[in-house]
Amino acid sequence: MDQHSVAVDVDRVVKRYGTVTALHGVSMDIRQGEFFTLLGPSGCGKTTLLRCIAGFEDVSEGAIRLKGEDIAPLPPHKRPVNTVFQQYALFPHMTVLENVSFGLRRRGWSDRDASGRSREVLEMVRLSDFAKRRPGQLSGGQQQRVALARALAPGPEVLLLDEPLSALDLKLRQAVRVELKQIQRETGIAFVFVTHDQEEALTMSDRIAVMSEGRVQQIGSPRAIYEAPQNRFVADFIGETNLLDVTVTSVSAGMAELELPGGLPLRCPAAEGAVQGAGHVSVRPERIAIGAPGAGTLPATVADHVYLGTDIQLHAKLDDGAPILVRMQNAGQDSVPEAGSRLGLTIEAGAARLLAD
Amino acid sequence: MAGAAPQGASRSEVYRGNGPRLMLPTWVFIGIFLVLPVGLMAIYSFLTKEFRGGVIWEFTWAAYDQFFLDRGLFGDEPPSIEWTYIGIFWRSIWQAGLATVLCLLIGFPTAWFIATREASARPVWLFLVTIPYWVNLLIRTVSMKFLIRDNGPLNEFLLWTGVISDPLSLINTNFAVQLGLFYSYLPFMVLPIYSAVERYDFALSEAAADLYSDNWTTLRLVILPVVKPGIVAGCILVFVPSLGAFLAPDLLGGAKTFMIGSLIEEQFKGAAGNWPFGAAAAMILLSIVMAVLLLHARAQSKEAS
Ligand SMILES: Nc1ncnc2c1ncn2[C@@H]1O[C@H](COP(=O)(O)OP(=O)(O)OP(=O)(O)O)[C@@H](O)[C@H]1O
Ligand SMILES: [Mg+2]
Repeated sequence: MDQHSVAVDVDRVVKRYGTVTALHGVSMDIRQGEFFTLLGPSGCGKTTLLRCIAGFEDVSEGAIRLKGEDIAPLPPHKRPVNTVFQQYALFPHMTVLENVSFGLRRRGWSDRDASGRSREVLEMVRLSDFAKRRPGQLSGGQQQRVALARALAPGPEVLLLDEPLSALDLKLRQAVRVELKQIQRETGIAFVFVTHDQEEALTMSDRIAVMSEGRVQQIGSPRAIYEAPQNRFVADFIGETNLLDVTVTSVSAGMAELELPGGLPLRCPAAEGAVQGAGHVSVRPERIAIGAPGAGTLPATVADHVYLGTDIQLHAKLDDGAPILVRMQNAGQDSVPEAGSRLGLTIEAGAARLLAD
Repeated sequence: MAGAAPQGASRSEVYRGNGPRLMLPTWVFIGIFLVLPVGLMAIYSFLTKEFRGGVIWEFTWAAYDQFFLDRGLFGDEPPSIEWTYIGIFWRSIWQAGLATVLCLLIGFPTAWFIATREASARPVWLFLVTIPYWVNLLIRTVSMKFLIRDNGPLNEFLLWTGVISDPLSLINTNFAVQLGLFYSYLPFMVLPIYSAVERYDFALSEAAADLYSDNWTTLRLVILPVVKPGIVAGCILVFVPSLGAFLAPDLLGGAKTFMIGSLIEEQFKGAAGNWPFGAAAAMILLSIVMAVLLLHARAQSKEAS
């Protein structure tokens, strides 16, 4: 990847608040024009990282570079970065149009040019008819779009969005997701999008950085994050998975030879950093095939099943007592394995992944 | 029981519907202690003065005539405008305005400081602001006089430090009156601004900074407009009583700093008083204050729509 395509380079950033360390050496490259998502549970440092990029917080160690230039000395109002705040923070005493023009006016645009450009942006977020209203006279979803328009209008290099959809109800949230993604593509601005909703992250992002406790756990495309998780945290946090205790006999060239519980041998891809000895593999519930018990299968006993419409979820137990979750597609089967019945589970090589920890 | 909501009325309509009833005690109180005395004063201003104070029940314009028109020493010359009282009013407005500006300049940063402390520390700061006001205004004003008189502590201190070689004569000056007004009414500026700043959402300042405005621009375009209601309330609360103040001008000022409050006060004191004239001056003062408040209310309702 060449240097110029990097919009934001976060380089080993540490952020301490007194004795609390919110970020422990976080590094990531955010590329130009990409939809980049910071995903992680509450308190993992997503907002902190965003505030460091925007300039509301100083980093304790490390550097943040914008197009290769260290922005540590720049106060927030000199950074070519705009933010969509979680609670929107719209100026209550200004009209929608004045809100959206605000950034342009401060950058020296004339009143006329700023209004013209702001109207274009309002058009893009489909709020043209609301230009003269005050924020207090808008619904939550409309306010959210004003906040987006206000941040987009000055044409920033990077747009920071801190859980912008969290205040919206589910239906609206899903509609706005599509719109937001579309606007990102049209404008070509790099979006750094914070969420703790994994579905949001998977459906919208070009790449995702999964964070936990102030550390980056993995960075990759939604598909890579889902299908090739690096460690137990990522495998468990994104979607549903089974984490099985295994004994690794050898790891080489990204492939591992290991024994599943009960001694069944398996050869599967291994995450970087996986080593011999005790380890864990992640197997997605929908990648497990069920059949009759027999040689080469993992024996299990059905405990319960849950009907989910498109899927049927089986809660089963391995012979050593470990629970295992299997999802079978609802293909109109006549019978679903009853509680207590014995199964033989088959795990394809590509369905399992040895994790780094 | 307030009774069931009328068919189709929303909750807030029900609450609003109860408003007038809840206001009843207030209406009664205002009626007895505000409307009645003001009405009485309005009537008195049209009565004839009695020489040893008091009034004779004969209606006349004499008080207003005396206020606005000069008919010469014996009242037989053609009328021209009498500038004495208009001058006193004008000076009072100017003094009160200046006191308001001073209170704002000091009060805003103070309120800002308090409102931005830890939530647990704010009540302590507010308490400190109000401490001097536990002492009676008269006593505070008199002590101010002692502080700034020619051989008072302030001058002694300045002489001792060598900043001045002769005592400053501060008493009986505009400066002294300003000091008195400022000191009397500062908390009325601090408290409303404090409550506005405390409610201010600092994310707005971050949003402004994010959109390329430096601290001053943020103050001017975002903070001040958002906390404006608090500032306006503070200004009214300082300006109005300053305009009618008589303790500070009486005790700290002299003939040159004579203000409306003292003029009115004199009319009701002793044999030299003139009740109808005092009442007329008070009515004129009231009209000025009402005009200011109405203008403000109009500007605000225009802004809201
Ligand atoms: N001003 C502060 N002072 C002290 N600690 C702070 C401060 N701001 C954040 N923290 C701590 O830093 C950590 C990261 O907080 P941050 O707000 O970045 O989390 P987050 O990932 O955005 O969480 P959420 O999803 O709940 O918004 C938390 O442990 C938090 O308590
Ligand atoms: Mg957050």
